[in-house]
Amino acid sequence: MALTRPDNFNLWYVADSRTVSLGGDRIMPAGEIAEILSRFRGKREELIPILQQVQDRIGYLSDEAINEISEFINMSSSKIFGVASFYAQFRFTPVGRKKVMVCQGTACHVRGAPLVLEEIKRHLGINEGETTPDFEYSLETVACIGCCALAPCVVVDGKVEAKVTPRKVKRLFRGEKTE
Amino acid sequence: MNFESIKQKAQAEWENLWKSNKPLIFVGTATCGRSAGALEVMAALRQAVAEQNVAAEILESGCIGLCYAEPLMNVVKPGRPGIWYRNVTPERAKEIVKSYLIEDNPLIQYALGTTGEGTIEGLSSLFELPPFKVAARRLLRNSGFIDPENVNHYLANDGYEALHKVLFTMTPEQVIEEVKRAGLRGLGGAGFPTGRKWEACRRAPGDKKYVICNADEGDPGAFQDRAILEGDPHAVIEGMAIAGYAVGAREGYIYVRAEYPLAVRRLNIAISQAREKGLLGENILGSDFSFDLKIFQGAGAFVCGESTALVLSIEGKRGMPKPLPRPRSTEQGLYDKPTVLNNVKTFASIRWIINKGASWFASIGTEKSKGTAIFSLVGKVENTGLIEVPMGITLREVVFGVGGGIPQGKAFKAVQTGGPSGGCLPASLLDVGVDFDSLTSVGAMMGSGGMVVMDEDTCMVDVARYFLEFTQKESCGQCSLCRLGTLQMLEILKAITSGKGRPGDIDLLQELGEAVKAGSICGLGQSAPNPVLTTIRYFRDEYEAHINEKKCPAKVCRELISYRIIPEKCTGCMACLKECPAEAITGEKKQVHAIDQTKCIRCGVCFMVCPKRYSAVECIPGRLVS
Repeated sequence: MALTRPDNFNLWYVADSRTVSLGGDRIMPAGEIAEILSRFRGKREELIPILQQVQDRIGYLSDEAINEISEFINMSSSKIFGVASFYAQFRFTPVGRKKVMVCQGTACHVRGAPLVLEEIKRHLGINEGETTPDFEYSLETVACIGCCALAPCVVVDGKVEAKVTPRKVKRLFRGEKTE
Repeated sequence: MNFESIKQKAQAEWENLWKSNKPLIFVGTATCGRSAGALEVMAALRQAVAEQNVAAEILESGCIGLCYAEPLMNVVKPGRPGIWYRNVTPERAKEIVKSYLIEDNPLIQYALGTTGEGTIEGLSSLFELPPFKVAARRLLRNSGFIDPENVNHYLANDGYEALHKVLFTMTPEQVIEEVKRAGLRGLGGAGFPTGRKWEACRRAPGDKKYVICNADEGDPGAFQDRAILEGDPHAVIEGMAIAGYAVGAREGYIYVRAEYPLAVRRLNIAISQAREKGLLGENILGSDFSFDLKIFQGAGAFVCGESTALVLSIEGKRGMPKPLPRPRSTEQGLYDKPTVLNNVKTFASIRWIINKGASWFASIGTEKSKGTAIFSLVGKVENTGLIEVPMGITLREVVFGVGGGIPQGKAFKAVQTGGPSGGCLPASLLDVGVDFDSLTSVGAMMGSGGMVVMDEDTCMVDVARYFLEFTQKESCGQCSLCRLGTLQMLEILKAITSGKGRPGDIDLLQELGEAVKAGSICGLGQSAPNPVLTTIRYFRDEYEAHINEKKCPAKVCRELISYRIIPEKCTGCMACLKECPAEAITGEKKQVHAIDQTKCIRCGVCFMVCPKRYSAVECIPGRLVS
């Protein structure tokens, strides 16, 4: 993961509980992050689980969220960003409704994952790390999902698709054209 | 609660299940089964059973390791052996319910074999299949045979007996001694003896200590930790509790990848069930030993498999290995307290050592590598799956015996063990034994237990580039040689695979590789060049073909191959023309087509869609000029 600061990251944002944009016209009501934080005690070692649960709820770590967490565990938002940006799991821009993860494991690689990835990029018209303009799909690659015997694998909206070929790619998104 | 009564209750439940006059249907619903459609099969079964009005018990189980045959289903009729059906689809599941459960025709054409007492005409035992023939199922014994979400199933199969035994009949020192005598070794690069690690932690001063299970199986190509956690989670919990007793810890963490949601779910269920039974928590089984577990989900950083980085990650920090000289985790680990950190498989081995004794455990294996090895056997091999074999078995036996050889009659090229830290071994080394020291001596390693088979269609330069791309991305960046050296190596490999290789590149790669190994402080950097160095050592000719002849002999590297239409074979069916994403194919119906090499992006779609009976598209090494 790149260690550069994303353009939209505002370190001087004043924490409050405004609504959070989920991308496109989707908005999450205020108070959701506070609800997640209420499950924790505010200790430093809770940082990664907090980040995981927040991202689980809103899809990414928004500025607002990081600032609220910062107040909660009494740690500067730059330090939180330092930790979060170290781990591949965390994202800082809104994601689509459905996550498409293309496995890049060894078994998938030798069985044609690069061609599958390329075809998916072509089909959705986006690169890895990007989201379709209608916020329907986000494309990611993952080191390995551990289904090596059924390679190559793609996870679409949480469902593992086994033995994917470039020709099957269209079927993964059947009836859900994004263009 | 008293252990005897817990156990009796569990055994009664287990026996009732088997004694009942209802047929039992087990469906393997580990992640691998699910991706092949196991949940759809479950739904179809429930529907079929309801529609046909059959009384049958449908249960979930873990993975037995035959991934190539997923989804798998074991149907046990009262008084009969279980029949294992392969590649079950929802339709086939319904057919089996109707045909076997109602009409008593077992449809053996869909079956792999049987387990349990008795025989079914036309079927042999499941354990006669090649993947099981040389296998020694110990750690994987329960997986696929019990419901991992029901602690009673584990308890009825000798579960928690080892924990009970150590708590009431053994001192911590005796436990450590037994583990030492068994010769159990860890799965880090060095294969460090587990008993010695525990002893060091026990002796370290301090009243607060930790036990951590490393289930951060980040190695692309390995999934045995996932399979154990999803198929038999209590075995790991029991092993950790015993470790806690041996070293004097009251708290443990399981560090599991966030990419394994099902493993996390099943572990959570297992931990809460163990607590309910008094097998975790305060005063376990009425003894004065208390121990509890927490799950920590990794956030996607391969370097966190390194023990000091893993510990920092649990503390909520960036997971960067601590600088040298660093204290051992057994003295200063999590929150600077003495910590024992072992792998999933290591903890799952403990109950066997305690229950059956160190000598029994060490009765298979080699002089210095005891017990069994578990491998994720994947890639270009017939029987992909999870295998457990005695240490010391040769690679040849694994690939051609257990694995059933290479599909489609292709030639074997290499086998890769140990993931991005390991090495690629050629056919001439197939008689090397699978154990810690033999693998290390030829430049590979046991490591996480990934075993990827490669055939003639695999380009070794591309494989080296692939692994290095992975480790390069995962470098935490604190050692300049790892951060920058791997990047330079990757640039060179990218140049070679895209036809821009220069003479001298191979020597430069070797020089850089040695420097990166010497100049990095953790296992990631110290082993990152291994795939490059071993492929140069064993497959130098492929590098030379890429650099000097601008050809990819395995026809993988896209800049160094071409597709062409064989005029004599082309019937002008337009199949390729319609599918070509680059519109590089020209031709009319019933007239020979041609590929415009300047437009062709070499995606291979034409090759795939050309009907088999014509096979008019061929792929050749090197670039054609139109």
